[in-house]
Amino acid sequence: MASVAHEGHGHDHHDDHHHHEENFISKYIFSQDHKMIGKQFLMTAVFMGLVAMILSILFRIQLAWPGESSDFLSFFLGEKWAPNGVLKEDMYLGLVTIHGTIMVFFLLTGGLSGTFSNMLIPLQLGARDMASGFLNMLSYWFFFLSSLLMLVSLFVESGPAMAGWTIYPPLSALPQAVSGSGLGMTLWLFSMTIFIASSLIGSLNYIVTVINLRTQGMSMTRMPLTIWAFFVTAILGVLSFPVLLSAALLLVMDRLAGTSFYLSDIIVGGEMLANHGGSPLLYQHLFWFLGHPEVYIVLLPALGLSSEIIATNARKPIFGYKAMIGSILAIGFLSFIVWGHHMFVTGMNPFLGSVFVFTTLLIAIPSAVKVFNYLTTLWKGSLILTPAMLFAIGLVSTFITGGVTGIILADSALDIALHDTYFVVAHFHIVMGMSAVFGMFGGVYHWFPKMFGRMMNMRLGYAHFWITLIGAYGVFFPMHFVGLAGAPRRYYDYSVYTETDSPTADMMMDLNVIITIFAIVAALGQLIFLFNFFYSIFRGPKAPQNPWNANSLEWTTPVEHIHGNWPGALPVVHRWPYDYSKPGADTDFIPQDVPLAEGEVEH
Amino acid sequence: MENKLIILIVIILGAIAIAQLVRVYEISAKLRKNEEHEVSNRDNRLNARLMLGFMIALFLGFIYLMTAYGWTGRGVAASVEGKETDWLLNLNFVIVIMIFFFTNFLLFFFTFKYVKKPGVKAFYYPHNNKLEMIWTVVPAIVLAVIIILGLQTWNDLVAPTGKEAIRVELFSKQFDWTARYAGQDNTLGKYDYKLTTDNNELALLTSNTIDSALNNMLNGSNGISRIQKLLNNRDTIFNDSTSNALRADLSRKERLYRLLAQMKANHNKKLDASAWDDIIQKDTLVLCKGQQYEISLRAKDVIHSAFFTHMRAQMNAVPGMPTRLKFTPSMTTEEMRKSKNNPAFNYTLMCNKICGGAHYKMKMIVVVKEKAAYNAWMASKKKETFKDKYFPAPAAPVAAVMDTTMTN
Repeated sequence: MASVAHEGHGHDHHDDHHHHEENFISKYIFSQDHKMIGKQFLMTAVFMGLVAMILSILFRIQLAWPGESSDFLSFFLGEKWAPNGVLKEDMYLGLVTIHGTIMVFFLLTGGLSGTFSNMLIPLQLGARDMASGFLNMLSYWFFFLSSLLMLVSLFVESGPAMAGWTIYPPLSALPQAVSGSGLGMTLWLFSMTIFIASSLIGSLNYIVTVINLRTQGMSMTRMPLTIWAFFVTAILGVLSFPVLLSAALLLVMDRLAGTSFYLSDIIVGGEMLANHGGSPLLYQHLFWFLGHPEVYIVLLPALGLSSEIIATNARKPIFGYKAMIGSILAIGFLSFIVWGHHMFVTGMNPFLGSVFVFTTLLIAIPSAVKVFNYLTTLWKGSLILTPAMLFAIGLVSTFITGGVTGIILADSALDIALHDTYFVVAHFHIVMGMSAVFGMFGGVYHWFPKMFGRMMNMRLGYAHFWITLIGAYGVFFPMHFVGLAGAPRRYYDYSVYTETDSPTADMMMDLNVIITIFAIVAALGQLIFLFNFFYSIFRGPKAPQNPWNANSLEWTTPVEHIHGNWPGALPVVHRWPYDYSKPGADTDFIPQDVPLAEGEVEH
Repeated sequence: MENKLIILIVIILGAIAIAQLVRVYEISAKLRKNEEHEVSNRDNRLNARLMLGFMIALFLGFIYLMTAYGWTGRGVAASVEGKETDWLLNLNFVIVIMIFFFTNFLLFFFTFKYVKKPGVKAFYYPHNNKLEMIWTVVPAIVLAVIIILGLQTWNDLVAPTGKEAIRVELFSKQFDWTARYAGQDNTLGKYDYKLTTDNNELALLTSNTIDSALNNMLNGSNGISRIQKLLNNRDTIFNDSTSNALRADLSRKERLYRLLAQMKANHNKKLDASAWDDIIQKDTLVLCKGQQYEISLRAKDVIHSAFFTHMRAQMNAVPGMPTRLKFTPSMTTEEMRKSKNNPAFNYTLMCNKICGGAHYKMKMIVVVKEKAAYNAWMASKKKETFKDKYFPAPAAPVAAVMDTTMTN
């Protein structure tokens, strides 16, 4: 590394770095290199995702076979939370809560945006590293600490947080109301506070890097759509996460300092509280002011990754590049003025509700534009169906399938009947969970050669994709019908229907068994991925420099990772990243650093 | 224990099996000189066909689920308002199902059709403003229709009710519901949570209940007097935490006591009557077919949500904030039993906001009767008003509250 020749490019301070001998700690643990930090985020997120997936299997077993003894449950939960293999009611809520929290924040926010923003922003922009390597390292270690706290909360005696991942007070504020609102909730709040700090530091770093460190010729309208997605995601995070922090802080004060932000006129556990004047709705407004942009914080990176994957593997430019940027910006803007659609039946002023109906349904327009642009990109392409490409196509399918039910739920009049039923659970798992997870898997398969210098096994990738696609659709598709039949979410079992409407109860049970079986199959399918992932890191075949014949700059870096990314001068960009199958060119791809040929016009 | 071991062994063996399979594959791949970054035409075609097959399976699965389960659980809407929303829901479903079929078809069909064929180059097609305009404007128009229809229905659903609507309150706490009918005057008596005592669970506001709440706060089993006595007892010494807890409890109760005393001073006795004639009903909520209801919701401890799934009505009950919902039952329980062909059927009121461990058990049976039967039931409740329950005959006056020597 030290022998690398440097041309004067205004990056003199990097030369110093190259002369450092890196030891194990500075290379693998407290690394300030964006590639290593991206990998650290990925590893942590994969582990957290695995935990959250196991939690979901535990409560799915209860839902499919309520009250039946299960060795699987007692294996994981022990006598305390699953006496005789039957899940405790409180722990059921605990599992649901932590499953949601980990999946939304730790896997799909930290994992998705943390991994790929770190990995790709400098590489695709032609930068040596992030604007601040130190802050970047700090961001990861905060993330790590918060993950640790969240896991620890699973093991405290009174149980983890049990108020649902939205932790609505007063339930989350009163330890007398549910056991998880004691120490478990305190740990949840501390963990999330640290997580927010991590997310903010990371996001600011991404924004600064995108604005300042683009290489020569990389104008904003020559950036790959991945970068646009990460950029807007980071802005959403910076604007919305502080609001969640304030919501959490006020909750901490209600719990510890005796304030009444969210509490009013409460008698709980036979005790009359003196709190008066607080409003639980205040919390919901604050929470969803983050909560809804959060959906797009999760989704936009996935859409960005799939844009890149689809264009590369269709060997076609992404259709309507400018319209894609426009729709990312429109979705980002609109996501801030739609939060009230989570609150149609909370007692919020109905007029306010109708405003939110209007703004929410507007989001369908940029979303539709994105879908049709993807479809047109596929049209008359020459598709290479790598596992990454399959996941990206799967993402478009789930984005459609989950998106259209959003049109129903955004309609306040219809939401009354469906609010908080399994219809909602199905909707957001497909549009947000499946889409984002597919985007993440696609990203891992596509950029694995860049991350680890080796290739993943393709056959295992195919097996993983098909099991995941079929399994996940098999889980969440029938769920719509459970919800339409009127099954509330977060119910330990549906005995309420057994007593009053047994045919409906039977139907719910039928579907719940099917759902659980698909869930178990899909979960087992992830073992294939885990195996492929870890095996390929160490034993996969060596990757060529540009395995997918892609245009963007990350594929111009050497396979072996070096500090500073490019051995010589930074590449200079001459064109957009989507010159695939351009008429008149010799190859079906022209990397961004290739100058325009004589007489060639930019797209 | 053995089973746990078996689970562990199965997991480990599974991992080993996969490892072996991959090694076999790896070796064979080396023999074939397969590169992991090049997808063979065979793999491409296979996956393309699988994609098309998956689409067909997805569509057939959807059609099967829709016909088998689409409406079984819901049944017909059992309220006037619910019929309106069901109509709108069905219309929306038609629209979104068409979009679902159309776009998913294009997606999987394109994947199938345009999979790489040797020698065929992709068509360079970066943008087309006219096309993009079309798929911006068409969705906008469809959405405009959905928004307008939706908001019309929404405005109907949340519009205020007239005088003819019967007022009922649903009081929620962990983990049950209590109903309170407004009685003869169709006006619900006022309430304040500080008035909660053993014989006034709903904390209704009358001159007498204020007095008994004051008395309870002062002389109750864990009242101010007892705590003061405990703290002032020279023979006992509490450790710090107990004594701090007692002091905190005392100061909270003294504060509540002052507020109650203020309430008493400002109380307007004319309000009493509206509370006295209220009828409190546990276990079953009885409603009248064709009668509009204005339902007020109240929560004692945490947020609950009143969910009448068959009436398509739902609203949260929030501590410290009154909320409301309205609906007009349009089918009696008997009619619904016939429609569902299930003589054991009952309407239920469920809790639909996570409220604690037994959340899923928090329900109330709802019975909808014909007008005559409903009136007869109401008449039978005439002697069970709040006043009748509060003063079990013969009425005993509540002991006047002593003017205390409370020091602040």
